[in-house]
Amino acid sequence: MDGPTGGVEPGGPRNEAAVRRSKLITRHAKGEVRLCHVKTAMKRVAEFCIEFVRFLDENGAPQSALPPGLAEKETLVAMYRLMALTRALDAKAIALQRTGQLGTYASCLGQEAVGAGVGFAMRPEDVLVPSYREQAAQLARGVTPAELLLYWGGDERGSDFSGPRHDFPIAVPIGTQTCHAVGAAAACKLRGEARAVVSCCGDGATSKGDFYESINLAGAWRLPVVFVVVNNQWAISVPRSLQSGAETLAQKAIAGGFEGLQVDGNDPLAVRWSVDRALAKARDGGGPTLIEALTYRIHDHTTADDASRYRSEAEVEAARARDPLLRTRRYIDLAGYWSDDEEAALKEHLASVVQEAVDTYLATPPPGPEAMFDYLFARLPGPLARQRARALGTPGDG
Amino acid sequence: MAEVNLVEAVNQALARAMADDDSVVVLGEDVGVNGGVFRATVGLQERFGASRVMDTPLAESLIAGMSIGMAAMGLKPVAEIQFMGFIYPTLDQLVCHASRLRNRTRGRLFCPMVLRAPFGGGIHAPEHHSESTEAMFAHVPGLRVVVPSAPSRAYGLLLAAIRDPDPVIFLEPMRIYRLLRQNVDDDGAELPLDVCFSLRQGSDVTLVTWGAMVHETLQAADALEAQGISAEVIDVATLKPLDMETILASVEKTGRCVIVHEAARTAGMGAEIAAQLSEEGLLSLMAPVRRVTGYDTIMPLPRGEHHYMPSVEKILESVKEVLEYS
Repeated sequence: MDGPTGGVEPGGPRNEAAVRRSKLITRHAKGEVRLCHVKTAMKRVAEFCIEFVRFLDENGAPQSALPPGLAEKETLVAMYRLMALTRALDAKAIALQRTGQLGTYASCLGQEAVGAGVGFAMRPEDVLVPSYREQAAQLARGVTPAELLLYWGGDERGSDFSGPRHDFPIAVPIGTQTCHAVGAAAACKLRGEARAVVSCCGDGATSKGDFYESINLAGAWRLPVVFVVVNNQWAISVPRSLQSGAETLAQKAIAGGFEGLQVDGNDPLAVRWSVDRALAKARDGGGPTLIEALTYRIHDHTTADDASRYRSEAEVEAARARDPLLRTRRYIDLAGYWSDDEEAALKEHLASVVQEAVDTYLATPPPGPEAMFDYLFARLPGPLARQRARALGTPGDG
Repeated sequence: MAEVNLVEAVNQALARAMADDDSVVVLGEDVGVNGGVFRATVGLQERFGASRVMDTPLAESLIAGMSIGMAAMGLKPVAEIQFMGFIYPTLDQLVCHASRLRNRTRGRLFCPMVLRAPFGGGIHAPEHHSESTEAMFAHVPGLRVVVPSAPSRAYGLLLAAIRDPDPVIFLEPMRIYRLLRQNVDDDGAELPLDVCFSLRQGSDVTLVTWGAMVHETLQAADALEAQGISAEVIDVATLKPLDMETILASVEKTGRCVIVHEAARTAGMGAEIAAQLSEEGLLSLMAPVRRVTGYDTIMPLPRGEHHYMPSVEKILESVKEVLEYS
């Protein structure tokens, strides 16, 4: 027996077990205090440190020598360009919503480095199972800006995207997608495929049963899945400190029997390196990893939210100073990979890319009434065929 | 051809589907080594291996959710929920994802999964083990809800459910798991989904039912025949989508309809059938549609269970009432 033994002497010495005598103070009704001696058998079952990965500090200065291959000019510039595209599209989406041209939108402002790191670490054959704030990862995977706008503009066709066709659509009900991710990982493992799944969720999702059920299974079955917990510090209005008594969200992996670590989520190199390492382990049969990416949700939860009701402007300002784009820009400047001319050209390029996406989105005619029937089942059942005819106003039916 | 009971027919269909198609996998609590608490999956892990017959942790939302993930990746998962009373954590996954994956991706991804669960009362099971909440699932767009009522239909309908490219909730009436044996040819032939089965032809009254209540209803039809009353018996089998053509055609012939179900009365599937009869079959009806159902009460624990269950006598009473109209 490994737990408290209620004063019963355990059956002899055992490996790694230390029997220790502790003093318990018990209080009785009369108020008298009595000292009791209880023998408990203590077995050390877990001892953990949470690794924290960061390469670039808040000023974009490398803290240590970067791992080989991580800081190649081409990749760094590509990651920076992706983050800049994400931000430009994000700003446009908010503007479109404010002018009645887009539905409720969840901004990813300030979280671009997480998606860039995830997107650049994944291979095309890997599977992304995103939450709804992973625009950067989706864009990196090949989802187009117009498709993102189409989705947030209220059109299912936005999830029929051109990115890897096996990637999952974003999940709105919090944390539900972690279960899909472990199912997808189980499918990869069953078929002996050297591919892995990345499950993204926010800090809020780590409070949910689906999250715990998923990490529990992933650990038990050593599934090829990487859980990326994008800790942006807020579950709408509930701060991280009120969501969990755990010191880190990363350590939730320990209970699942696998490694959890933290990365600076505003350092795209740290995210990319960590996810890359975890994916390699997963593809190699080494099982799951949980990566808690520390970042900050600079915008409101969605365009329907007003964050000033529950957090201070000073806190947001402090977060702006840790901006992932500024940091990356400073680094590529420092490394001599980037110039003001290139920045100006990029701004101009992104403006036209985003405008083109807006034009494509706005020029897409809304779906007709048949669309809600035609994708419900592979073959439309009779009663629905009649409802469809009624919806289309087809004479002589229904 | 061999004589099998309903749960053995389920087992046969699972084995057949797995033998025919490598992408079919079975998962759930105690489905592997133990062969399922009702033995529906017995022998499958021995035959197909632990990688295809998976004992999951005790986590129903996960079982449904991971099935969705597997299905989207091209597998055909058949998940077991041990009892319907434990199915409710799966609702989030079924309503928010399984039922709509095809629609929300415009057909890019879809969800060929089957969620099996034993359901219904009458076996003196513990609390939470006896309810019939099929109407909750029937209300969800994008799900098929199928209830077999005999070994042959269990075999053919389950095969069809597994092969169907969309999610199917397959509810097995546990009271009749071992009630009767039928010769079932294990030939891999499926039965059609989305249609009712006419079990008995008749001309005076149509009795519409499903699941375990098919047997009380057939007994009632026998008793009526002895009184010279000819009852048609329809096993709905697929509750959603509902094949009203068969029911309407029968009522056109008989002019009277009694619907029998074990589930609670209000907003049960009987209400939907009665509503559609009033919309489409009013001119055929010679009497009000009657429902013989469970009460709108919590299913009593075993000592009081018989007070709740619809009986042959209650069916006969309702038939007598509708026959009084002329």
